[in-house]
Amino acid sequence: MRAGLTVLVMVALAVVPPLLYWYANPFYLDLASRLVILGIAAVSLNLILGYGGLVSFGHAAFLGLGAYAVGIPAHHWLYGGMDAIATTNGWVQIALAVGVSGLFAFLTGLVCLRTRGVYFIMITMAFAQMIYYLIVSIEEYGGDDGLVIDTRSELPFINLDDPLQLYFLGYVSLLVAMLLVRMIVHSRFGMVLQGAKGNEERMISLGYNIYAYRLVAYVISGAMAGYAGALLGNFTTFISPEMMDWSRSGELMFMVILGGFATNVGPVLGAVAFIVLEEVLSSWTIYWHLPFGLMLIGVVLFARGGLVGLFTGRGGKK
Amino acid sequence: MTAILEINGLNKSFGGIKATDNLSLTVEQGELHAVIGPNGAGKTTLISQLTGMQFPDSGSVKFKSRDITRMAAHKRPHLGIARSFQITSLIMQMSVLDNVALALQACDGHSFRFLRPARSVNSLRERGRALLDRVGLADNADSPTAALSHGEHRRMEIAIALASEAELMLLDEPMAGLGAQESTEMVGLLQDLKGKHTILLIEHDMDAVFALADRISVLVYGHIIATGTPDEIRGNEAVQHAYLGEEA
Ligand SMILES: Nc1ncnc2c1ncn2[C@@H]1O[C@H](COP(=O)(O)OP(=O)(O)OP(=O)(O)O)[C@@H](O)[C@H]1O
Ligand SMILES: [Mg+2]
Repeated sequence: MRAGLTVLVMVALAVVPPLLYWYANPFYLDLASRLVILGIAAVSLNLILGYGGLVSFGHAAFLGLGAYAVGIPAHHWLYGGMDAIATTNGWVQIALAVGVSGLFAFLTGLVCLRTRGVYFIMITMAFAQMIYYLIVSIEEYGGDDGLVIDTRSELPFINLDDPLQLYFLGYVSLLVAMLLVRMIVHSRFGMVLQGAKGNEERMISLGYNIYAYRLVAYVISGAMAGYAGALLGNFTTFISPEMMDWSRSGELMFMVILGGFATNVGPVLGAVAFIVLEEVLSSWTIYWHLPFGLMLIGVVLFARGGLVGLFTGRGGKK
Repeated sequence: MTAILEINGLNKSFGGIKATDNLSLTVEQGELHAVIGPNGAGKTTLISQLTGMQFPDSGSVKFKSRDITRMAAHKRPHLGIARSFQITSLIMQMSVLDNVALALQACDGHSFRFLRPARSVNSLRERGRALLDRVGLADNADSPTAALSHGEHRRMEIAIALASEAELMLLDEPMAGLGAQESTEMVGLLQDLKGKHTILLIEHDMDAVFALADRISVLVYGHIIATGTPDEIRGNEAVQHAYLGEEA
């Protein structure tokens, strides 16, 4: 049942956006591109939040780091300086995005994962805000005003200036991210991660160094979100510190919880719902966050498995 | 006889309460050593310090002559120390077999393995089923853990403690909350383990303790007031006064 839903959603995402792009309004492809890219970030967050039970409230920082890993080299390539990283080569930029966010996840994870519960939420948020203010303070990269990416990443065979190609890169990446998380979750590593979520004390008593396992999961998750950030930078071609604001992290959490956490397709459904709601509600009122928040509370209270639970008629796997 | 576990001058306070008070105790290789004592005597606190979930304020713990007083909790199982919990501590979201398989996986090298699905590792699954069979839970292997009864959870605790084939098993009130029939079965199970493992058994059920134990230590207010064979303990005046007297 759940597998059927996954196939349905992914087939729809492969077929519907291009059709809308050709026969309806090209704008819809923009929405879909944002959807698949944020979907990757949500899938990566689901690994630690859904399966690991680690309520990270700073996930947007990885997205932002990934985007700036595209923007900063492109900026230097055009305006000079920092020759070592000045490039528009997509491989280098993506490697930088994954590497920097993975490293950031490692360094902050070392500290964050020593804490529990609400402290963990606060400290992950604090580290994300730290990166936010760091970027704000660098005038060369536009500070508060953000940075325009004049040249998209250059990759062999794909031209990211073509919206359709960019969309399908995002789509395939999302598919790969989902398969990757699925594989990890079912592996020995994944069992330890889920065991630690279920009963920390028991896992320690069995001899698992759960701190080390969680740290690795945190790094994988951060690196994946960094990759999504590199795509996001290429998609928007305008990046600013605002994209790592805590409210952005909150939106990613919304997607995971709304869609149904610890399920493979849940975060994607959550991203669909988020994009649609954002579009519909924001056309009615600029205070669209209010009804959106109320709906989220509704889902949390009444449909514990999120949208996945709603569609498959049973609660999500807890 | 050689000592497998040597506890020397252990102290642990919580604010004003001395939960462990200059506690010394030696567990010999192969014996079933029971620790009895009234509620709040500090039995669970003792186990916590042996497993590393809490560290003592002072004193030392040696396992096979090696000082483990401040060794991290997750390292101790790999030396050969397993435990069961007084208050059932299982992964309720997972199946019964998954719980046991995770216990087996813990002793099967590191788990930084990402490719192969853990549930397809036959050695873990089959040994898991065998362990469940041993505690009489073979038919429940694929049930969600949360669906099992309290008595079945207690047996899962034992199966998990057995998984590591630990030399030393620390069992904290395995009979807690069991009915008469289930208690009898649990005594049979422990009888079966006796001799195969060294066991430190914490237990309230006096009939069980006197039936099973090679030696008994009596813990009162965090201090061991007597250690001896069941007969010696039964005849010990201080023990009768402090503890048994109320029950006998
Ligand atoms: N984490 C803690 N913080 C404060 N006090 C504690 C803590 N753990 C135990 N205590 C206190 O230490 C004393 C010993 O508790 P412990 O749980 O070890 O007793 P016990 O012998 O296992 O009792 P029982 O037979 O009820 O299981 C009790 O007075 C208890 O209230
Ligand atoms: Mg106790």
